[in-house]
Amino acid sequence: MSLVEIKGLSIRFGSLHNPIHAVRRVDLSIERGTIHGLIGESGCGKTISGMALLGLLPQSARVSADAFRFDGLNLLDVAKSLRGRRIAMISQDPAAALNPVLRIGRQMDDVLKSHSGLPRFQRRAAAEELLAATGLADPRRVLKSYAHQLSGGMQQRVVIAQALATGADFIIADEPTTALDVTVGAQVLALLKRLVQERALTVLMITHDMDVVAECCDSATVLYAGHTVEAGRTDELLAAPRHPYTQALLAALPDAVAKGERLASIEGHIPSPFAVIEGCPFAPRCASAMAVCRQAKPPERDDGNHCWTCHLEPHHG
Amino acid sequence: MRDLLKRLGWAGSISLFIIIFVALLAIFAPAVAPFPAQGLGAPNIADKLTPPSAEYWLGTDHLGRDMVSRVIYGARVSLTTGLLIVALSLVIGLPIGLLAGYFGGWIDDALMRVTDVFLAFPALLLAVLMAAAMGPGMVNATVAVAVTWWPWYARLARAEVLVLRGQPYIEAARVMGVSHGTIILRHILPSTSRPLAVQAALDFGPALLTASALSFLGLGILPPTADWGQMVNAGRAFFPLRWWYAAAPGVTIFVLALAFSVLGDALRGDDGGQGDVAR
Repeated sequence: MSLVEIKGLSIRFGSLHNPIHAVRRVDLSIERGTIHGLIGESGCGKTISGMALLGLLPQSARVSADAFRFDGLNLLDVAKSLRGRRIAMISQDPAAALNPVLRIGRQMDDVLKSHSGLPRFQRRAAAEELLAATGLADPRRVLKSYAHQLSGGMQQRVVIAQALATGADFIIADEPTTALDVTVGAQVLALLKRLVQERALTVLMITHDMDVVAECCDSATVLYAGHTVEAGRTDELLAAPRHPYTQALLAALPDAVAKGERLASIEGHIPSPFAVIEGCPFAPRCASAMAVCRQAKPPERDDGNHCWTCHLEPHHG
Repeated sequence: MRDLLKRLGWAGSISLFIIIFVALLAIFAPAVAPFPAQGLGAPNIADKLTPPSAEYWLGTDHLGRDMVSRVIYGARVSLTTGLLIVALSLVIGLPIGLLAGYFGGWIDDALMRVTDVFLAFPALLLAVLMAAAMGPGMVNATVAVAVTWWPWYARLARAEVLVLRGQPYIEAARVMGVSHGTIILRHILPSTSRPLAVQAALDFGPALLTASALSFLGLGILPPTADWGQMVNAGRAFFPLRWWYAAAPGVTIFVLALAFSVLGDALRGDDGGQGDVAR
C-alpha cells in the first residue's frame, strides 16, 4: 500500500459563490521509501498541496477529497497530530527557516526535546550525530554557531538534520535547492537520496525543475492549474511523456533545443484561479486540442505504471 | 558609557543623570537626608512652616518637618510605585498580548475585547474608581493604576507577535513539531522585549504622575509616609503664602516625569520609531 494516497483533492478559498480554486483535482500516490517529485509552474498548487499534507492551511481554506490518506490514516482528521512527528518539512530558504538569534544547538535541542525522551546530554550527542549524518564536517562547531555563520548548503543540511530529529518517516521538501547554487544543490539532492536509502524515508520533492526530478526522483506527478495531469515513474515520464503539457514542458528544456535556436515555450497563460474550467485545463494552450477538450473532463488513462488525463487516444508504438 | 550618552543626545543624557541622581538619593535616603527621622514622619512643631533657610534648604511643612528630607523619602515611595506599576502592567499585559497574537482566532478575539473594555474608560477615572473601591494604600494604588495600564502592553505585544508569527523560522519550528510554549518563550518573547522596554521607559513618568494624582486625591499613600502627590495636596492649603510646601514636591514630580519622558524619547529615537504608541 502506498504511504500517501490522495484522490481528487480540492482546496478553495474565498466565498462560496466566487471561490478561488487553489487546488482543483489533485491525485497523488507515493510509494514507501521513494522520492516522489511534484512538478508544476508557479501557482499550480504544488506548495499548497504540501501544506495540506502538513495540516498548515489557513483556517479559511475549504478542503475536500475523495481520499486523503497517510499510512491508512485520514489526513483530513489527523494532519495536525502527524506534523512534526511523522511528517516533517524542508523549506525553500534555509536561511529563513532558522532563527537568526538562537544558536543551532539550541534549535536542534528544541526539536529533539519535543520528540525524544532523552536527557539533556544525550540530546546533545544525538544532535551531533544527526548533523554528522547530513555530512557536516564539524558538528560541534556547527552546534555553537548562529545561522548567519553557516553557508547556504550548511544551513540546508542543518534543516535536514532537524527534519531527521523529528523522527519523521515522510519529509516534504519544498524546492530545497532553489536558494542554493547548482553544485551545492546537487550535493543536497545526493544527501537526500542517501538518507532515503539509509533511513527508509519517503520524500515528496516539490519542484519546478525537471533536472531535479531527473536527478533524484523515482517517480513524479505533474500538476497543471491545480490538476494532476500525469504521473508515473520518472524514466517513463521523461522518456515517453503522454500528456501534451508534460511534452511541452520537456520540449521547453534548454537541452531539448539545438544550440543557437530559440527555446520552445508554451503560448498563453495558466487559467485564473477564479475561472470555471469545464473541460481540460490545458485545452486553451494545447497544440493538439480538439473541440471535446473544451467541453468535457478528460478521461483518466493508464498504461500500467504511468497514468494521465487526456482526450487524445494513446498511439502505440 | 560614552557611546550610550552619544546615542541619547544631550537632553537624554541629562535626563539619565537626573534619574540616576534621584534613584541614588532614594536608595541612600537614611544617609543623605539631613533629618531622617522627619523624613519618616516625626513631627517638629517648634519649626513649623519655616521658609527656606540655611538649616532647612526647602523650608518645613505644617508639622515643622524638613522638606528636603521629606522629598528624598518621598522619592523612595514614588520610584517604587512607578516601577511596580510598569512591572505589574507588563506581567498582566505581556502574556495576554503574546497569547492573543500567537494563537489568533477566538482566543485573540476574546482577549482583545476584554482589553478594549479597559481601554474604553479614561485611565485616570478608572484608576480613581479602583482606588476608591479598594481603599487607599501604596499596594492598592499600584494595582489601581496597573489595571488601567496593562492594555497598552497587551496591544503592543500582540502587534509585535503578529509580525513575528509570519516569519518563516517560526513556521519552520512549528513544522518540526516544536511545542507552542517553546516557540513563544524562545522564539517570540525575546524579539518583543525591545519595543516593550522602550514603552516601559516612556511609561514610567506617566505612571509616576498617575500615582501622584491618586495620592493628591487622598486615594494613594497616606500620611505620615512621605509621598509627593500627597505633599502637594497638603501644601495646597498654605499656598501661595507658604509656597515652598507645595512647590518642593511639585517641582520634583515635574522634573522627574519630564526626565523619564525625554529619556524614553531618546531611547525610542534610537529604535527607529518602534514602540511608538499613541497615548
